[in-house]
Amino acid sequence: MLRFIRQRSLSSLISLIGLLVLVFFLSRLTGDPAALFLPVEASAELKQQFRELHGLNDPIMVQFGRYVGNVLTGDLGESLRKARPALDVVLEAFTWTLWLAVITMTLVAVAAIVVGALAAFRSGGFFDRFASTVSLVGASVPDFWVAIVAIVVFSVHLAWLPTSGTGSLAHWILPVAVLFVRPFGIIVQVVRGSMIGALSSAYVKTARAKGVKAGPIIFVHALRNAMLPVITVMGDQAASLLNGAVIVETIFGFPGVGKLMIDSILQRDFNVVLAAILVTALAIFLMNLLIDLAYALLDPRIRH
Amino acid sequence: MSLSSTENAILPEPHPAARFLRMLWADKFALVSALFLIMVLILAIIGPHWLDDVAVKQNLRGRNLAPFDWSRDWFYWLGADALGRPLLARIIVAAQNTLMVAAGAVLLSSIAGTFLGLVAGFSSPRLGQVIMRLADVIMSFPSLLIAVIVLYLLGSSVLNLILVLAITRIPVYLRTARAEVLEIRERMFVQAARVMGASSRRILFRHILPVVLPTLVTLATLDFAYVMLAESALSFLGIGIQPPEITWGLMISQGRQYLTNAWWLSFWPGLAIILTTLSLNLLSNWLRIALDPVQRWRLEMKGGRHG
Repeated sequence: MLRFIRQRSLSSLISLIGLLVLVFFLSRLTGDPAALFLPVEASAELKQQFRELHGLNDPIMVQFGRYVGNVLTGDLGESLRKARPALDVVLEAFTWTLWLAVITMTLVAVAAIVVGALAAFRSGGFFDRFASTVSLVGASVPDFWVAIVAIVVFSVHLAWLPTSGTGSLAHWILPVAVLFVRPFGIIVQVVRGSMIGALSSAYVKTARAKGVKAGPIIFVHALRNAMLPVITVMGDQAASLLNGAVIVETIFGFPGVGKLMIDSILQRDFNVVLAAILVTALAIFLMNLLIDLAYALLDPRIRH
Repeated sequence: MSLSSTENAILPEPHPAARFLRMLWADKFALVSALFLIMVLILAIIGPHWLDDVAVKQNLRGRNLAPFDWSRDWFYWLGADALGRPLLARIIVAAQNTLMVAAGAVLLSSIAGTFLGLVAGFSSPRLGQVIMRLADVIMSFPSLLIAVIVLYLLGSSVLNLILVLAITRIPVYLRTARAEVLEIRERMFVQAARVMGASSRRILFRHILPVVLPTLVTLATLDFAYVMLAESALSFLGIGIQPPEITWGLMISQGRQYLTNAWWLSFWPGLAIILTTLSLNLLSNWLRIALDPVQRWRLEMKGGRHG
């Protein structure tokens, strides 16, 4: 087990380094930062001075070395917009997104597993067809469209929920509900497919023959073995929840990392963009690592 | 997946096309989806030539015209936008950009991803590891965010949009292709081909690729829906396709500010997206069964007439 963890950490470390290189060269792809940060009418001397000050005249490898050094010491530059360390700005926003993601993913996991398992148990029945239709539609709708339709219905016409911002519990309902739709649709389908396979296996038939009740059969015997593909998909979905978060946060004015990134891009606050990329990527790496470990814990075959 | 043919050897083999049509007939959802997609495809191809003038003609007296006014020309039946341009005509014209971006991205990413996956699965373990780590780097970051950043840096155009979406989707095909190759290359027919002196390239492309292909086709259908949603989201955020070009996502975003008094501006393009992605999902479900020799009988039995 320890060897597995070590190997897995090592390979994600390699990926992380790859990402760092990518981010750095992405930041240089914008062209001359001096032209980016200084006004158009800045004089040549001023540009030269700026380059000197930020070490932009050094060879690119030296610059890269410095960048890596800074990242390792947690120094990601200043936010131009807020005149605060970029890392602080990003971490603050990231906390909001993390909560949004954790709440949504927990709800999705519970709901999708229950619905998918029940649908699989009476496969072909009314509930199964209902659940399949709902999940298919859920997986097909654009989240930004759901978001604006939800605003029209629940905030404008019914006036039940606030349109945007944070503050009360009611502010969380629409963002979470909108984020819920797509992953729910996708995971229900996976749970259902995987459960149908597990329920037709020999050990479930044995349990049935021994008179075990439906509840324990579904949720104890079959589910544990059906979880492996589900966990993989859940991991992917949790990562792409950040995709949805960009949209949902922009529409609902939610102060998370997705909105921060869009705002920073539009306002050319490049240090914040880079810091946000790095922090989200790191978070996703950690999550992928945890998923692999969970996988190895659940399935002894993978450990070897 | 087993390779053994389930065909009855005595019956004459029907023509593959006829066989697929019969299997499509057996699944009515897939049939309707396929017909709908063909319709969308035809509209996307002829739409801009046919309706471009109508779709850009402003008519300020018809601003935010409500839908279902049957007395007007048919392209006003879904209402008009804030400049009085007919929504139905605009949706038809926008289908071209929407589908073109998605098709381009899916085509590029599936070809590149499949190729890399085949190589990663078949070549030396070291090269395979390098390719897989590259895929990890791409996968480890939400595709929408990569797209947002790259499009911001490179400027957004149809081509850039296609490239960015393609790159973010490569790992999907890469991982699937590699996983399949790893399993298939241990099979007897591959060993046999090697013993008979076939080159690696021949084994990879003539023996292994045909076995992997059905899975990848199914995946590509599903991914088409995903990419379409991603493009719509980017255009919605204002980082994708720029006006005066139109896509469905952009139409939704343009209608957003009139939501409270003219819901139809955003509603119809949204519906167009949903129906298309839904059809793609249904078709992909059907393809998964139809292209799998082990499961195919489910559709052939339902079709009746022929066993």
